Amino acid sequence: MSWFDRPASETQITHSQRLWLYIAAGLVMVFLVAPTVIVIPMSFSDSQYLEFPPRVWSTRWYDHYFASDEWMSATYTSLKVAVLTMLLATPLGVMAAYGLFSSSFRFAQLLFITLITPMMVPVVLIGIGVFYVYVKFGLVNTIPGIVMAHTILAIPLVLIVVSAGLKSYDMNQERVARSLGASRFYAFMAITLPQIRFSVITAALLAFITSFDEVIIAMFVSGGDNATLTRSMFNALRDQIDPTIASISTIMILISTSLLVASMLFGSTTKQ
Amino acid sequence: MKDSSVGAEALPITIRDVTKTYGDVHALDHVSLDIRSGEFMTLLGPSGSGKTTLLMVLAGFTRPDHGSVKFGDREVIRTPPHQRDVGMVFQNYALFPHMNVLANVAFPLKLRKVPKAEAAARAEAALETVQLGGYGQRQVDQLSGGQRQRVALARAIVFEPRILLMDEPLSALDKKLREHMQIELRHLHEKLGMTTVYVTHDQREALTMSDRIAVINHGRLMQLDQPRRLYDRPANRFVADFIGESTFLPVTVEGQAAKVAGKDLLLAEAVDPNRKTELLMRPERVRILNGSVPPDMNVFDATVSEVVFQGESFLIYADLAGGTSIALRASTFSDPAAQVPAAGDTVSLGLHRDDTVLISAEEG
Amino acid sequence: MAVTEIAGLPPEQTAEKPNAEGLRRDATAERMTMLGLCSPAIFLVMIIMIIPVGWLFWLSFLGDDGSFTLEHYERMVNRKSYARIFWTTFEVSILTTLICIVIGYPLAYFLSQLPARAATICLIAVLLPFWTSLLVRTYAWLVLLQRKGLLNDWAIDAGLWDTPVKLVHNMNGTLIGMVHIMLPYLVLPLYGAMKAIDKDYLKAASNLGAGPVRAFWTVFFPLSLPGLFAGGLIVFVLCLGFFVTPAVLGGGKVIMVSMKITDTIEIFFNWGAASALGVVLLVLTMGTLYLSSRLLRLDRVLGGGR
Repeated sequence: MSWFDRPASETQITHSQRLWLYIAAGLVMVFLVAPTVIVIPMSFSDSQYLEFPPRVWSTRWYDHYFASDEWMSATYTSLKVAVLTMLLATPLGVMAAYGLFSSSFRFAQLLFITLITPMMVPVVLIGIGVFYVYVKFGLVNTIPGIVMAHTILAIPLVLIVVSAGLKSYDMNQERVARSLGASRFYAFMAITLPQIRFSVITAALLAFITSFDEVIIAMFVSGGDNATLTRSMFNALRDQIDPTIASISTIMILISTSLLVASMLFGSTTKQ
Repeated sequence: MKDSSVGAEALPITIRDVTKTYGDVHALDHVSLDIRSGEFMTLLGPSGSGKTTLLMVLAGFTRPDHGSVKFGDREVIRTPPHQRDVGMVFQNYALFPHMNVLANVAFPLKLRKVPKAEAAARAEAALETVQLGGYGQRQVDQLSGGQRQRVALARAIVFEPRILLMDEPLSALDKKLREHMQIELRHLHEKLGMTTVYVTHDQREALTMSDRIAVINHGRLMQLDQPRRLYDRPANRFVADFIGESTFLPVTVEGQAAKVAGKDLLLAEAVDPNRKTELLMRPERVRILNGSVPPDMNVFDATVSEVVFQGESFLIYADLAGGTSIALRASTFSDPAAQVPAAGDTVSLGLHRDDTVLISAEEG
Repeated sequence: MAVTEIAGLPPEQTAEKPNAEGLRRDATAERMTMLGLCSPAIFLVMIIMIIPVGWLFWLSFLGDDGSFTLEHYERMVNRKSYARIFWTTFEVSILTTLICIVIGYPLAYFLSQLPARAATICLIAVLLPFWTSLLVRTYAWLVLLQRKGLLNDWAIDAGLWDTPVKLVHNMNGTLIGMVHIMLPYLVLPLYGAMKAIDKDYLKAASNLGAGPVRAFWTVFFPLSLPGLFAGGLIVFVLCLGFFVTPAVLGGGKVIMVSMKITDTIEIFFNWGAASALGVVLLVLTMGTLYLSSRLLRLDRVLGGGR
């Protein structure tokens, strides 16, 4: 019996009867992945115009990127902002998730919804609101200003991921630790946190990438010496197709892929 | 027998007027209970009865609306859990998966700043007490259910608390192991002598292990007694129904006499004329009489309607003259004298005076 | 109370509600501690989002001279150009959502039917774009779709069309890019919902005589609908406020509300008008979410505090 005639599910449908599904799903997966992946070889082209496959391979656009003070400074700003956002959003989100999870008060649900609204409100609106307020307080184009704005975008993700982690965690472990003599804080640090650590790490990675990839708020409140990488890229995109962007994109793909792999590795460890 | 090396002096627990409401529901309704020093007390009740809530109040994880809980002379109702000094074992063991067995057991000692070497020695001793000597370096996920249960127990007793709380610790084990662990826990309690409060919904487990049992339903105490008394003299219909098998017969009370189907009953205890009562019949206490009637025996005539073989006994359903159906058990000895009736047979059933118990007909 | 009559029980307590006051205080203290843990996050969301947005709301009712006016809202009703922008926004959002559903459902179904290991590998195809910068992905499409881009080259080589077709800087490009960005948001919740469907239902259906196709449509599909609605809703709402992809791939021909807001600020510096547009966009978004949450229990999809 060939693979085609073997049952594909418990209801005795065969693989050949499902071939159309495999083809359709395969095409959609190609659609999802191919455009991003194809940028990588194109970035190694020597040509002014992006080609695939490149006729002459070179690292010309990478050299250009690394030699440019402007790009380097933007990259440094982005990394700094993303790290600070991660360091701010993760503890705040974990604290809120724990507080809401352990609370029985009635408006806990309301607070939860308040904390995830930044995910639902159109970012443009947050962007101009933040811009308007920052102008008044001199926070435009400052690192603290961008970090705070990015933090509220990251908090919902941290909150959701860590809440899910707490839900699948057995709170009796923390209780038992407390009955054995640990204060609530100690029990959280010694027992609960190590066990939800994968949720917390995933949340932190998400917070990092949220900030690192953010465009719209950065467009309004980052600029001058503190322009982020995405802001500079966006401006460059509107003007012309600069091949340097392809090399930057490749680097960003590399970063996000490693973060994804990291989060999946942590995820698979959690399941054990 | 108390082992002098382990376990400090046990403490009595005094519970007064503890009430906990969730909205309109009384999880605990003015519960008062005295648990004696060194006693094995079981809180028994169906799920949602409030037994676990009461245990959580003792441990400090549930804050009641009002009430008082004293360990010895110390009022602890407002004491946070970590200052109560009680050992606790949860239903799912709640072992810390990121620590090995020894670290789990030594955890309470570490919190009490016991020097490392001493802590390790005491943890090892506690493991030996639960017959897991040498398992210290194992990881939690390498243990079987029964072993995890023992580790959880070792962790709860290693710091020699004077009170031990257990929340259905055996319910996740299979039947054989559970029965084995019941006996083992019982022995351990005898050895360590700490006041133990044990929550279960399994009446047989409660009867097997306890010094006394507190039956709880709808957040209220239904009865508090030794296992034997609880079984033989249930205070009300709920307790009679929840513990053991039972059928109830309507009784008419006239002065000091109680009648079933017009016949006077010989009673174990005097009738309370102010209560609506019923006759409790335990299937295993009803006998089939073959001709002669022994003294002190109430006799009922009945027709057998169904006989069910259940291995260790036959369960027989019989209809009394009034139309009420009762159940009784007959042993499965291969003894020709103990003849088992067949459906349709007419039989005389006997219930000894001491087993003839009238109970309150109210639920509780 | 019946309890007192039972032998072995201690006498009823005489004091009225012992420790009630102290216990209430403890409960309040604990609640405050837990609230305290949430407060830094709440505080930040307040000052960075809620107050500024409230401020914009206020601005939207102020004229140039600082007096109360409805002119910003009247302009939206009276001018044709605004109607077109709102219409474009809706058109793009609805089309994107529909295309996502059509191509996302088979993918999610496929993933849900795979054995665990294969599913994890295939899920990377969905997660990778999810983690990749939206700007990078938009850029990739710009490169692929341009006049002398890869897609046109291949299509001409393959003989699909003779001269380069305009695939970008118009609605086509915008939709392709948007679908690509949004697809993971649809597939992930849908896949979750499909995984949660008990396989025994399908066995029961086939046992009762339904063929595979019929079992799918009568049992599996209805059970997957909540996930489909949730995913579709997320996509639709995100599309309403979308900016980057239409701005880059639309080439100025596809103008959505969010882009109009940015232009109003950056070019005209008209805070009142931009705020009014923002308020309308917010009301549309929140209105959609609110109405759907009444139908769908969105909080369950997103995972609530408890």
